[in-house]
Amino acid sequence: MTEHPSPRLQAERWIERQLPRIVVLPLFALSLFFVYGFIAWTAYISMTPSGVMPVYDFQGLAQYERLWATPRWYVAILNLFVFSGLFIVIAMAIGILLAILLDQRVRAEGLIRTIYLYPMALSFIVTGTVWKWLLNPGLGLQRFMREVGFEDFTFDWLVNSDYAIYTLVLAAVWQSSGYAMALFLAGLRSVDDEILKAAAVDGASGWKTYTSIVLPILRPVFLSTVIILAHLAIKSFDLVIALTGGGPGYATDMPATFMYAFAFQRSELGVAAASATMMLMTITAIIVPYLYSELRRTNR
Amino acid sequence: MRQRRTSGIVQPKGLRSVLMRMGLFAVLGLFCLYYLLPLVVMVSTSLKSLAEIREGTLLSLPQAITFDAWAKAWDSACVGVRCDGLKPFMWNSIAMAVPAVILSTTLGAINGYALTKWRFPGADWIFALILFGAFIPFQVVLLPMARTLGQLGLAGTVPGLILVHTVYGLAFTTLFFRNFFVSVSDGILQAAKVDGAGFFGIFFRIVLPMSIPAIVVTVIWQFTQIWNDFLFGVAFTIGDSNPVTVALNNVVNTSTGVKEYNVDMAAAIIAALPTMLVYVVAGAYFVRGLSAGAVKG
Repeated sequence: MTEHPSPRLQAERWIERQLPRIVVLPLFALSLFFVYGFIAWTAYISMTPSGVMPVYDFQGLAQYERLWATPRWYVAILNLFVFSGLFIVIAMAIGILLAILLDQRVRAEGLIRTIYLYPMALSFIVTGTVWKWLLNPGLGLQRFMREVGFEDFTFDWLVNSDYAIYTLVLAAVWQSSGYAMALFLAGLRSVDDEILKAAAVDGASGWKTYTSIVLPILRPVFLSTVIILAHLAIKSFDLVIALTGGGPGYATDMPATFMYAFAFQRSELGVAAASATMMLMTITAIIVPYLYSELRRTNR
Repeated sequence: MRQRRTSGIVQPKGLRSVLMRMGLFAVLGLFCLYYLLPLVVMVSTSLKSLAEIREGTLLSLPQAITFDAWAKAWDSACVGVRCDGLKPFMWNSIAMAVPAVILSTTLGAINGYALTKWRFPGADWIFALILFGAFIPFQVVLLPMARTLGQLGLAGTVPGLILVHTVYGLAFTTLFFRNFFVSVSDGILQAAKVDGAGFFGIFFRIVLPMSIPAIVVTVIWQFTQIWNDFLFGVAFTIGDSNPVTVALNNVVNTSTGVKEYNVDMAAAIIAALPTMLVYVVAGAYFVRGLSAGAVKG
């Protein structure tokens, strides 16, 4: 008589079976609302005449035309290219160099690694504050060099609108090159020791082993490091605010600070939304192919 | 990170190798200086009086060590119009970071577990869509988030920031736990399922105890991210509810009165102390979080 479980038991089993879905769906809904819903809202607002307050009359791409007719936006885009180009290249170069040097069975490697990497634990606001002090022409490095005898030494990049963008590179490289080092070192350590032994047996020099055998194996590490650093660069906001405040004038504006200024200081929501959408499209173009290939690779 | 076990791969003997070795250590040492000097300057400046800062140079060590700048940064420096130092804002950051870290880590753990160990049709798509949220430039959500917080009555409050950090931290925490659970063998779980253990039974009795390393990595990553956040703090809070990063920026960039570099430096160190402490105590896990954030999927 009890072959068939009671309806209550059946319901419990059904819930038990559905539990994974019941758990995931609310979280997925959060993501749909706060990520995709918000993106849709911002993208729509970028196609309305919104100013101080959002309005919902569709007007097409007029805000994008205004955005691309704004000289300050060009400054921001150009700065982003200069900054990310230099930042990525220099941070990667330092990262590879340090990783290879640390891979030479160095004593106290752990300590040295800790020193190289600690800036990553700091907030960009802290980094900006420190470098602002170091680069301050009145009391910082310039004064120090003059005191020790180089009386004509001039280092006023921070207050020079042509060079201020490079101070951002200096500080960002200081903060993030240790990260690149850690990624490359992890990559080097994952290279099979047998390959290195075989190369040594074949008489390859240490240098040649790296340039012709190890670095090509690390190609995926290069790719992910570039992507991570590019991602950091496009999102850079805190460092600009803390170190230069976007100045002198708007000489060191970047898309992230541009968007913030137009949204919260100048109350031009339409232009702000248009610039945010441009940023999203740029990042999407970089990240989506990368995520797609990574996810496919791990699923196989 | 493991050390190389092999020895004698490339090991030429003689003067040349000794010189190479010295060159190696010279370069490594120079870079140590490069990374450490700003920290040294920061600490030494914070221990000087303003007069000493004006007379000396960047690298001169403090002659008469004084903690006045520290006391002022903590207790009485002016942040905007309020002159209570960083103290109240440190509490804001703690009140924001602790719940946000616990919430985002817990939800990420359950999410990652359900998506890997109880795969249902469409689970991979759901994961991919959630994961994308980790990479969006947050500028694209600032405006609608500000409105939503306003409608929820959370505008300009610490609970509002907790919500924001939990929601946007979820993508990262789900990723971390998914990567961890993928490497956990299904065998034990299958056995438990056969024994009649359910979704939460397996999670709490089997999966959670073996996930301690993943939990540590995620908590450290989330804490560092949330504590160091500036964008959400400056966009969604005002005055009294600012997190410490925003308050620090206000201390440093106030244009009124004499510029007190020693107070700025002490304030910067105070704001950085919690994450630095985490890094020093649990550096290895911190590094693992960094590379987990790198190798996606």
